[in-house]
Amino acid sequence: MKPRLHVPAPPARPGQAPDFSYLQLSPAGELPRPEIGASWRDMGQLATGLVRVLDDSHHAVGAWHPHLDAHELQVGLRHMVLTRVFDDRMVRTQRQGKLSFYMKSTGEEAVAVAAGMALQPGDMLFPAYRQQGLQMVRGQPLVDLMCQLLSNSRDMCKGRQLPVMYHSAKARLFSISGNLATQFPQAVGWAMAAAIKGEDHIAATWTGEGSTAEADFHHALLFASVYGAPVILNVVNNQWAISTFQGTAGGEQNTFAARGPAYGLPGLRVDGNDYLAVYAATRWAADRARTGGGATLIELVTYRAAAHSTSDDPSRYRPRNDHELWPLGDPIERLKQHLIKLGAWSESKHEALVAELDAQVASAWKEALTYGTLNEGPRLDRDLMFDDVFKEMPEHLRRERDMLRRELGQ
Amino acid sequence: MAQMNMIQALNSAMDISMGRDPSVVVLGQDVGFFGGVFRCTDGLQRKYGEQRVLDTPIAEGGIIAAAIGMGVNGLRPVAEVQFADYVYPAYDQIVSELARLRYRSAGEFYAPVTVRMPCGGGIRGGQTHSQSPEVLFAHVCGLKIAMPSNPYDAKGLLIAAIEDDDPVILFEPKRLYNGPFDGDPTKPAVPWNTHAKGEVPIEHYTVPFGRAEIVRAGSQVTVIAYGTMVHVAEAAAAAAGLDAEIIDVRSIVPLDVDTLCSSVCKTGRCVIAHEATRFAGFGAELAATVMEHCFWNLEAPIQRVAGWDTPYPHAFEWEYFPGQARVAMALKAVMEGR
Repeated sequence: MKPRLHVPAPPARPGQAPDFSYLQLSPAGELPRPEIGASWRDMGQLATGLVRVLDDSHHAVGAWHPHLDAHELQVGLRHMVLTRVFDDRMVRTQRQGKLSFYMKSTGEEAVAVAAGMALQPGDMLFPAYRQQGLQMVRGQPLVDLMCQLLSNSRDMCKGRQLPVMYHSAKARLFSISGNLATQFPQAVGWAMAAAIKGEDHIAATWTGEGSTAEADFHHALLFASVYGAPVILNVVNNQWAISTFQGTAGGEQNTFAARGPAYGLPGLRVDGNDYLAVYAATRWAADRARTGGGATLIELVTYRAAAHSTSDDPSRYRPRNDHELWPLGDPIERLKQHLIKLGAWSESKHEALVAELDAQVASAWKEALTYGTLNEGPRLDRDLMFDDVFKEMPEHLRRERDMLRRELGQ
Repeated sequence: MAQMNMIQALNSAMDISMGRDPSVVVLGQDVGFFGGVFRCTDGLQRKYGEQRVLDTPIAEGGIIAAAIGMGVNGLRPVAEVQFADYVYPAYDQIVSELARLRYRSAGEFYAPVTVRMPCGGGIRGGQTHSQSPEVLFAHVCGLKIAMPSNPYDAKGLLIAAIEDDDPVILFEPKRLYNGPFDGDPTKPAVPWNTHAKGEVPIEHYTVPFGRAEIVRAGSQVTVIAYGTMVHVAEAAAAAAGLDAEIIDVRSIVPLDVDTLCSSVCKTGRCVIAHEATRFAGFGAELAATVMEHCFWNLEAPIQRVAGWDTPYPHAFEWEYFPGQARVAMALKAVMEGR
């Protein structure tokens, strides 16, 4: 035997049959739910098994069943449907040339929405770029989000960020960065400050499984563990980092959740397409953090059903129909079916909801366009380019602002 | 007033800031119980508690990221990077995050973080404990950057940094921690109590960013320097018998262009000195600025004095260091108009 370089590869490439046999599943309801204060040492199976509540016949089962009332589930469903409808329309507008860029979260809506619903309004959220569901849960006006996407005269970022890099200090949604995983250790620092100040707000952050490879991920887990920071560290394992399969990020040899116990943190591997499981796991981690139990790492197993972004074409690197065969299904469909089982929803109500939200998104879009697009209509004042580099504009930026004015003949 | 070396002055700045404002916290490797490898945070943990003076893991990227999160949540973190040579793992967090957070969020989020780091050579630190990377940060928009040359400025600039809502990087020339240094390692070390700027108010005061200081007024030539090179330049000009105007830049960003350029326009000759490597060093920016503002007043080409464009070698520290001989050659060249 000789050493041999191992290069992970996905089970199927374009033209081949999708194969998800690599995915380790647990039956719904099988895994125990530890007490909030339990030691990470006693919950190893939660990092390698899969926390699931909704079974294949859409019943909620097992110890993780969060027992939410039907109304609360309907609110969650609404946010997920809004997220999907919003995503779909924004991609269409991008194709029409109105947006420079967009990123859908199709198939991953529960990861953001259920977590957002399980947290309190005072909790600070540090999302990556594919958790737009959090913006919906926190009630961000659609027009505001669209104006950001359009970099128009009402852009919250004043034309400085790529589309989807939203923020809201008021809604406690941190500014999204294009550099991956940087928010992970920042969320830990925020949580450390909350503990230093004696507040009971916690922080939650999200990153993709691909960007767990960044040193920032390690720093976050290390600092969270060392200082017992009240933070929830979410890894959204949607199987793909653009074209790179999760095995290349280290997911082949062990689960991402298993990195939690390695740092002395609980690691929960959760069915990310199961609204109830995501809610229950987030709630457990939040209660634990709020009561001094420190941080939890949650891996949300899901599937990136859409392209990475509007600049990506996944048919070049994975089977075209693979997401239809994803063993954990679709989060919206599963919650919908569960509500129907509960007698609290119906296909016709669902259709009406989709139509209502579609109309809402369409009307918001119409309004957003009146504030301009990247290339047409009202634009931001160019002078704003020089604001906010510093709190007060230093002399050299004033000089440059004046040079631009002269350059433009003003 | 009290006699302080630069370490005591920096310690006093943090002590006063922590005493006045409960949101000020200190974090870094060895800064807590031990008080820092250079003793700058000595006694702070005992006085303000381990919640406010945190020993951290050896992870500069983690330290700065945590400081950013703390800053966003209302604290004023003072992060120590043990040597400027170690800052690179934190470069992304400083450049892409700390420096741009206010800009990218249109002012909704900002992190008032101060990053302190000892820099420069002359302590037998070899290539991993001697670097002066100020220009790598000066090139980044959104950071304020200062390098004091004496205890008085060190304390005043650090308090100003902590109270500033913008991120600040304070480079501390470690060769100056215990005394002024004129570039001659064969002479006995001189303590700060022999120097006027070793006299430091015990109370709160600030030295504002964006203001250079004319250390010595003169008429024949302007020497623009900062950090250790201020003292080297002063000694070299005196030895050359020149009536030189010595300017301590102090604040690299924002830069006090008026003070620098008024002086050069007056003297007509300019030498720029820093310890960092020459190629694309901050001296290049200074030279370009002087040229833009003073071209018609210049009697001779601007001269630059800097470290060689090599790593800082352990065995040839004093051949590398831009000492008085190198400054003297530049002064001679600029006076002869060559």
